[in-house]
Parts: sequence; C-alpha cells; structure tokens
Amino acid sequence: MSEQQYAPGTHPDLKPPIGQSGLLFWFRKNLFSSPFNTLLTLTTLYVLYLVIPAATNWAFFDAVFVADSREHCRELGQGACWAFIDNRIEQFTYGFYPVDERWRVVLCFALFVLAMLPILWDKTPARRQMLWFSLAFPFIGYWLLVGGYGLEPVETTRFGGFMLTMVIGITGIACSMPIGIALALGRQSDMPIIRWLSTCFIEFIRGVPLITLLFVASTMLNYFLPPGTTFDLILRVLIMVTLFSSAYIAEVVRGGLQAIPKGQGEAADALGLNYGKSMRFIILPQALKISIPGIVNTFIGLFKDTTLVVIIGLLDPLGIGRASLSDIKWAGLAAEVYIFVAFFFFICCFGMSRYSIYLENKLHTGHKR
Amino acid sequence: MSDTAQSSMTISDDVMITINEMHKWYGDFHVLKNINLSVNHGERIVICGPSGSGKSTLIRCINRLEEHQRGDIIVDGTTLTNDLKNIEQIRREVGMVFQHFNLFPHLTVMENCTLAPIWVRKMPKAEAEAVAMKYLERVKIPDQAFKYPGQLSGGQQQRVAIARSLCMNPKIMLFDEPTSALDPEMIKEVLDVMIELAHEGMTMICVTHEMGFAKTVANRVIFMDGGEIIEQNPPSEFFENPQNERTKLFLSQILAH
Repeated sequence: MSEQQYAPGTHPDLKPPIGQSGLLFWFRKNLFSSPFNTLLTLTTLYVLYLVIPAATNWAFFDAVFVADSREHCRELGQGACWAFIDNRIEQFTYGFYPVDERWRVVLCFALFVLAMLPILWDKTPARRQMLWFSLAFPFIGYWLLVGGYGLEPVETTRFGGFMLTMVIGITGIACSMPIGIALALGRQSDMPIIRWLSTCFIEFIRGVPLITLLFVASTMLNYFLPPGTTFDLILRVLIMVTLFSSAYIAEVVRGGLQAIPKGQGEAADALGLNYGKSMRFIILPQALKISIPGIVNTFIGLFKDTTLVVIIGLLDPLGIGRASLSDIKWAGLAAEVYIFVAFFFFICCFGMSRYSIYLENKLHTGHKR
Repeated sequence: MSDTAQSSMTISDDVMITINEMHKWYGDFHVLKNINLSVNHGERIVICGPSGSGKSTLIRCINRLEEHQRGDIIVDGTTLTNDLKNIEQIRREVGMVFQHFNLFPHLTVMENCTLAPIWVRKMPKAEAEAVAMKYLERVKIPDQAFKYPGQLSGGQQQRVAIARSLCMNPKIMLFDEPTSALDPEMIKEVLDVMIELAHEGMTMICVTHEMGFAKTVANRVIFMDGGEIIEQNPPSEFFENPQNERTKLFLSQILAH
C-alpha cells in the first residue's frame, strides 16, 4: 500500500496503525512479548489458581463467624474461626477501657474524623471554621479519653487495643511533624548554637533504637524526675515516639530543603520577604511537597512501630491478641489473630500511602523546573 | 533607536546608588576590587565583561544577596550594613530579575506577583491583584495570570519575573543576565519590555551581553574584568572609541560575528 502524499506543512494528524493500541495490543506487549514472558505469565496464572481459591475458601466460604469455642468452630467448618475475633472484638478495639464509658472512645474517633476532614481535603465546606475545630480537637479528644471535668476519669493504664495504637500513632504523627520541620530548619540555621543543638539531637535520637527509648521512658525517667512525681506511662511513650520520629522527619525535610534551587530563596529575599515569610510561603511549601513520600514513609513506620509498646507492658492489638491466645477455650487460633491485626495495620498504612499519592498529584503544578 | 527617544529618557541629579571603594572576597579570593560607582535617578547602566569578571556579584551586592567586606554601598540614602532592617528596607525599593527567572513554581503567575505586595507592603489583596494585572498587561501576558510558571515559555516566564518585581513599585531595577537563558526568538520579547521600562524613566542596572540593547538604551556602559571596573563611558564613546586594551579585545571578540 502506497503512502498518501501531502504537501509540506499540510500533513494531518493520523490515528496509530491498527493493532498498535487497545486491549489486545496491551496483552501482547505486556504479557506475551517473548517466550520467557509467556512462560512467566502462565506460571503466575497457575500459582494464582492454586492460591486464590484455597485462600478465599479458608477466609470466607469455609470460615465460621459465629461459635462459642474453638471446638464448636471446628464442628461447624474447616476454615478460619472468625468467631474468636468476633468474640474479642471489643477488647481488640478498646483494651480495658470501662465498658460504660466506651461511647467516649467512639465519639472521640468520630470527632477525629471530622477534625481531619478540613486538613486533608481542601474542598471541605466551611473549611476555615472547621480548621478552628481541628485546632481544638486535641484538647477535646484528651478530655473525652481521660475524663475529668464532669466525665468519669479513666486511668490511661486501661487504654489498649486499636484505640491505643490510634492514640500513639496519631499523636506521634501530629506532634513530630512541626518538631521535625523545626529541627530541619535548625540544622540549616546560620546560628551555630541552634545548628549544633539540632544536629546533636537528631544524631542522638537516630542512633538509638526505639525500644531503648521506650525502656528509658518506662524506667529511667523515674531516676531523673524529682521523687514523688507520677508521670503517666502513655505520656512518656508519646513523648519518646514523637521525638523518635521527629528526628527522622527532620532529615527527610532537610533533604527536601536541599532540593530547592538556591534561586528560590534569593528571589524571595530580593522581593523583601524576611526569613519567616520566605520559609512559610516559598521554601517550605516546595520542600514539603518534595518530601511527601519520605514523610509518609516515616509516618507509616511510626504507626507500625507502636506495636513495640507491648514490650513495656502496654497492650496494643498485638499484645491483646497474644494475651487472648492463652485462653484455653480458644487456644491455637494464632493465624486468625495475626491476620486480623495485620489487616487493621494494612488498612491504616495503605490509606496513608494512597492519600500521599493523591496529595502529590494535587500539588503537581505543570513541569518541574 | 532615534535621538529623540534617547532624549526623552530624563536623568536627574539625584543620586540613587553610591558605591565607595567597595571590596569583596569569597574566602581568600578577591572577587571585587575597589569598586567606585555612582548611579543617578533614571540612569540606565549596562555592565558587560567576560565571565567570572564579577559583574553579577557586583549587582548582587547592591541588594545584599552577596555581602561586601570593605567600603560603602548607599542605596537611596540607606547605607547597607548587617542590620536586617536596613537590608529589608533596601530590598523593598530594589527589584531584581534573574537569569533563571526564579519564579515560584508552586504559585500561579498572579500569586507570584501579589505575594510580596501583600506580605511586605501590606497591600489589600484586591488592590495587589489590580496592580499585578496592570503590570501583567504591561508585559503583555494578562491572559496567563492564572497559569503556573511551569506552563509558560521561557520568554513569558521572564516577563512574569519582571512584572513580579515591578509590582513592588521599586525605584531601581537590577537585571542579572535576563536573556542569557532564553531561546533566540524569545530574547526580543523580553528586551522590548526592558526598553519600554527604560523609556518610562526607571533606574536600571543591567548585566547583559546584548550589545544592541546597550547601544540603544544605556546611557553608560561599564566594562569589568578581573573584579575591577576597567572602563565606563556612554555607549557611543564605549563602542566606537574604547580606551583600554582589554576593552578593545573584549569588544572585538563579541562583535566579531
């Protein structure tokens, strides 16, 4: 077939040749492009064929959702015994929080979602007013969970389960961000004292395992504090987790700061913006945008590291799971417990990961320079 | 450029910038040596010279992007010292345009233009936007106001950068090789804006290799080499009758082709 001729400058836009786009083309190009690729595709399909039906049968079709004990479970079906989880779900969620007061945890979580909405989503109706609520939420949340001022006081030692994970994770994330940014700026400061202090802090915290810090929190602080001061264990853990992740955030943000071309700061200077305004409007928005993957990475790490508190005697979901496994009535259901706990963590971390991708796309403004 | 246009650009006797026996070092390296320069209100000065001669460093000293170690720089009656108040005062009055535009990529063109007026001059937002629109019209890109810098061509970006500086209503404009990073066909659109600005009587100091611009717009051309001002003269004198050997060599090199 001969090509149709066009005079120079009049060539129209044509469609790509047949077979070079569309679904079939995608299959051929990505799955069956070579014998080896074809082999890989078929092997993968076979493995999926083996795994998926077995897994779904175990988790859903053969699973038992209502039963009284492990024996009862086995009589009813061969799959997972979710009845155990169902039996313990309250404990997994609230730990040992007094039963009559658990509505406060639920309310606190609902208010938390409401408080996060204007922060995470810039199209929230009445965002400005809502942000004031977000600012007040930490105090409201504290009051709801701990009590006092008209509410029944609840000892923080009774916190546990997902609630404990959320409290530590969210407080850690919320507090380590500003501290991390401050440390990153401090490390780049022109003032030697501030620079040295920030650097020492970051290097020290990063050089020590989180578990060590948690042990310090649970035991050593008593030696340093004046005798007689009671210092809530969870509060200590919160401080340690926050300091720990703020050191990491600081380094991630410093990486972002260094990626900003020098000209940006010079342009801000030349326009008469002072240090604070230049950071607030020009440097940090760009540096934080670049740092999003690293920041979210650190947050996900922090969230999962909350399970370490089990070592100093706090019962997070993993701790509750381990404790409940020793119940004679339900003994031997480790798979169900760990899969369930893993699922909870996965949902939270995957959510953070997806949100960070959404944020990156939203903040992308045309070509990178 | 005709002589009538030249004469329409008035120069008064008010001194805007005085530089007295100024020296600057980078570590041990002596970059600027005994710089003496006086710029009057409405003067348009072009600085040229081989690369590494200290031209950019000199104009960056004027708004304290670089610190000088000896001598005085007095801008619009304010002496540059380490006092941040003084520096900010001077930066408010001195606009600067960079070789690589340095627009803020996370802000729209409009936000680039209104940021400093709102936060430095404390101008109400609506007024700042009106001013920004005025200058964007002057640089002929009002229709791009709500795009991001990354969506514009180089020439358009540099014109936005000029408009952004003008929004602060500066008394002096510094240009640091404003056309060096541009494709040839975009240089003209930027130079046209600069020429127009010169006709309006703006005090300008411009580091550039655009000798055509120097001939038509400048009323003084300064040649620098090795951190020193070698020669300064009106363009006619400078181009037709260079005094110093190094100036002659430089001119023969850049005007050869």
